[in-house]
Formats: sequence, C-alpha cells, structure tokens
Amino acid sequence: MQPTGVPAGWEAYGDEKQERVGFFTDTSVCIGCKACEVACKEWNLVPEDGLVWTGESYDNTSTLGANSWRHVAFVEQRKPLHVPSEPEPGQTEDGGRGDGDALRWLMSSDVCKHCTHAACLDVCPTGSLFRTEFGTVVVQEDICNGCGYCVPACPFGVLDKRDIASDRPGSMGHKPDLPASLGTKEDGRVWKCTLCYDRLKGGHEPACAKACPTKSIQFGPLDELRERADARLAKLSDEGWNGAQLYGRDPGDGVGGFGAFFLLLDDPEVYGLPPDPVVTTKHVGAMWENMATAAAVLVVGVAAAFLGGRG
Amino acid sequence: MNTEGSISGRGTEMRSYYGRPVIKEPVWTWEIPTYLFTGGLAGTSSVLSLAAKLHGNEKLSRTALYVGAVADAVSPALLVSDLGRPERFHHMLRVFKVTSPMNVGAWVLLGSGGASSTAAVLELLGRLKPVKLAAEVAACFFGPPLATYTGVLLADTAVPVWHEGRQELPWLFGASAAATAGAAACVFLDPADARPARRLAAAAVAVEGTVMHAMELRLGELGEVYHQGQAGKLSWAAKGLAGAGAALLARRGRRRRGAALLGGAMICAGEMCLRWAVFKAGFQSARDPKYTVGPQRERAARNGTRATTKPGEPAGHASRGT
Repeated sequence: MQPTGVPAGWEAYGDEKQERVGFFTDTSVCIGCKACEVACKEWNLVPEDGLVWTGESYDNTSTLGANSWRHVAFVEQRKPLHVPSEPEPGQTEDGGRGDGDALRWLMSSDVCKHCTHAACLDVCPTGSLFRTEFGTVVVQEDICNGCGYCVPACPFGVLDKRDIASDRPGSMGHKPDLPASLGTKEDGRVWKCTLCYDRLKGGHEPACAKACPTKSIQFGPLDELRERADARLAKLSDEGWNGAQLYGRDPGDGVGGFGAFFLLLDDPEVYGLPPDPVVTTKHVGAMWENMATAAAVLVVGVAAAFLGGRG
Repeated sequence: MNTEGSISGRGTEMRSYYGRPVIKEPVWTWEIPTYLFTGGLAGTSSVLSLAAKLHGNEKLSRTALYVGAVADAVSPALLVSDLGRPERFHHMLRVFKVTSPMNVGAWVLLGSGGASSTAAVLELLGRLKPVKLAAEVAACFFGPPLATYTGVLLADTAVPVWHEGRQELPWLFGASAAATAGAAACVFLDPADARPARRLAAAAVAVEGTVMHAMELRLGELGEVYHQGQAGKLSWAAKGLAGAGAALLARRGRRRRGAALLGGAMICAGEMCLRWAVFKAGFQSARDPKYTVGPQRERAARNGTRATTKPGEPAGHASRGT
C-alpha cells in the first residue's frame, strides 16, 4: 500500500465526514504530571492493572497497553538542554548557559498514533477496528473477538489484549454478564485509545487534552496542528534546544503521517518509539503473490512424487 | 563529559527506553503453532489424496483423505480456543478482507474443512460418489493456500524476524506441510502403498532445509534468534528429527513397516518443532528493542527514510523509496 497521506475509509463517509482531528503532543512543555493518564482512565473506565514501582525514573506505567491508553515516559540523561555553541573566552564550555553537564529530564505522553495507514485496522479479521468519520482508528468492543492479530501488527506496540484474572486483588471482579467461556478471565478483547470517540461525537475535546495543564497535549484539526507544530519547532530551534524534532508530522512517512504526532527532544528510540515505522501491510500484495507461487509449486511437488511407476 | 549515558546505566545508553520492547509480543498461545502444523497437514493431505486417486492408488488416497479431514477438523477448534472471546469466532466471517491474512485464512479453512470433512464422511458411508468427488476437488483447491497462507499470516506483522522473512515463510511452511502430509501417510500405510508419500516427505525435508538456510541468510543479524534460546533449541530439534526421519524413511522405509512408522513419526515431530521454532523466534525478536530499532536505523541510513522532521527540513521530506 502506497502512503497517500489520506486515510483509506475516511473518504467513504461522504456527507457525514468530519474534519480529521488528532493530537499534537509537545513534549518540551510536558511536566510529567500524568493528569492525562488519570483523565483517560476516569473517562474511559479503563481498569487498574497492577501497581508496581519500576525504579525507572518516575515511570510506573511503563508502556501503552490494553489498560494504559496514555503513558508518560520519563528519560533521565546527561545531555545539554541547549545545543552547545562556540565558547567565548571566560565562558563555560556550553556557551555560557551553564547547563553543559546538567541532568536533562525528558517527559513525553505517548498515545495511539491513529495512523493514516493503520496496520491494526488493515489486519483486523472481523472489521472490529474501523476508521471513524474523524479519521481516527477505533476498536468496536461489541465486535472484537480477541484474536490478537492487531497486537503484533502495530509498529508502535500500542494495542494489547485485556486479560485480567477475576480473582486478582483489586480487580473489578468477574462480571455476571460475561460468558462462562471466559473462565477466570475478565475480558479477552483488545483495547486502545479511541481518541475519545464518544466525546468527539458530543463536540468535546478528548479527556487527556482537556486535563493537560500545560497544553503539552493539544487537540484539534490535524492540518492546524501541523502548522502549529512547525512554528513551535522553528521557535525551539531558534532558542537552541538540543535534539528538537517532530515525530510523525510528515504525511510522507511509512504510515502516511500520524493522527497523533509529537515534538520530541531526542531521537524516537530514546522514548521507546520506532525511528522509521512502516505500515506492516505495505507489502501484503507482494506477499499474496509470493504465497500463490508457493502454493502452485506445492501442487507440482505433490504431483511429481507420483512420477515413475505406480504405487 | 558523558553526553549519551543515562543516569541508571540502563536505557538511553543503548538507545532504547529502559530496554523495553518497541512493539508488543504476540498474545497467541500454544494453539497457534499447533494449528500451523495441523493446517499445513490438512491442506497438503487433500492434495495428496486427490493426486493418489488420479494415479489409481486408492489406499494412499483414502489414508490422506482421513488424515486431512481430521487435521481440518482439529484446526478450527485450535483457532477458536485461542480467541479471547471464543463465542464470537463467527465474527471472522462477517467480512472479507484481503489485507487481513487471518480473515482470508478463516475463509480458506472454512472451505477446506467443509470440503474435506464432507468427502471423508461420504467415503465412510460409501455413498454419493459424485458429491464426494466434488468435495475432494474442492478440498484440493483450498488445500495449497491453507498450507502456505500461514507464512503470510506471520509475515504481515511488525515482528522483525517474521516480517523480514516474508519472502521465504510461505515456502518454508509449504515445504513443511508437504513433509508432514507425506510422513503422516507413511505412518498409517503399508510401505508398498506409500511410495509417493515417502518420496514427497523426503524431498520436502530437503527443500525445507534449503529454504530455512536462505531465510537465515536474508535475515542477516536478525537471523541469530534462530540460534538462541527456545527458538534455537527447537530449530535444532526440527533439523535433527526431520533429517534423521527422512533418512530412515528413504533407506529403510521401503520394506520395513516399523522403520516407515518411526521415520514418519520423526518427520512429523520435526515439523512440529519447526513451527514452534518460527513461532518462538518471533517472540524473541519482538522482545528485544534492538531487533526493531537496529534494522529501522539501517534502513533510514540507506534510504533516507524516517518519521522525524528536524529543524530546517522542509515538510514532506520523507520519501519512501522501498
């Protein structure tokens, strides 16, 4: 599939199509308060899935998953906050700013990227994952049968299956309306950020953006967010911030641009993000052709086993 | 001055986030590698059965028909069992999506299973010969895709060792399926009737070894997961069992019933190990961020592709050459 920058399926809404919306997460103003994580859990009734202390800076959420649709990453590094300039006589090595060897603490609120070309949506065998009229990607919880194919298909590791043992302390307990086939499992379906589809329908911004106290998470029409991000990047560049870069802003990237993109202060992999993600279904046509050849050769091979005499 | 190192000595130093995976490991359990085996066995047995019928080898044809029908019946049960919500298995059939190998596979398995079980039941009852023949032809039509699509199923994910092995996986699984179907027929048949099955199994094991080698060459550094951990052990067991089984089958299986049985069983065991090796290798490559980040960085350096925009770069810079 060749990226075009326009989500397949979104155009099909016709008159019902809405402006494509998304997030611009400006990590340069994130203060790591995790209000986004909390607001998301509260609004979307996302269950708690264990309270652990990781020892990894202030991050005890660790990763996006079925029960974490926002995840604030904390990176501690010894790296100058500003790009070192030529030191003048009598000044410190970093050009007088005095932050040359200082601790830099990066925070970034990660979320589903709502890709223009979404692998999860492509590979979903039930049609549970769909493109909304806002151009976002949502799992229909009444359709998902928990096959788990989207989980390894996502180049960002966003989706996961919700499997909570009902006897786990602090869990919500086995719900009586769930089928007995689940056994001790509580759910079995796949969950991820919906970009607050229900709130969008009601004309509200998503819960995380609403709760963000520093406007690190900005919600709006994607085109507008991209312009805002370009201006912000130019400003940070002028001010000499070290490592400032936009991530997922460009419709020419491997997933056709993110619906939720970022301003980072270091390379993506430092935040646990892939540097060059490509929609996994990009080669699916070639893969089917290759398979068809293999299948044909298999028939020839079986037939060849019968050559040269009976029995 | 240390500019790259992290405070904790972990994490940013190796350019990952505390060594955590970038992508998620699959959530599939033991049913899936087992199905890779049974699906391949079912698909190729249907072809073997019809080919034997056309060649006038009724005993081989009937054996392969029954083996295929049983494998075809077990396969959907395994797949449904792996679902998070098994009672919703039929949601697979509410759409037809070529971008979803799992969806296509569900339809192929439905066709293959329906046809081969119909043919097997009619064979048992000895009735409706024309319908039985039609069902056998249908099973033979769905069989080869069933035996090979699982390669696409795994390759169409972000799991590095599966996605980068996309050229070889359908061939590897096709060869493995042929070896399994031939070997299974040898287990149940008198050696006098099993000649084509024997030849098929021995040749398929050889082809499989070649394809596996080609895949490891293409994978380069990524291929090391096939020599590490559980995937390494399973891979080794697969080669040993299938190779020794094929040798036994080819040399002694012609006359001795016991040798044919043992050789066939060893090949089947080897092929099961192969499916598990590929399955586990996927998990191992997903777990370590270096297998995700490393190849992407190499690709970015080679093609100039990336998902980032640095200051001063024009928007729309990232062109995708490959």
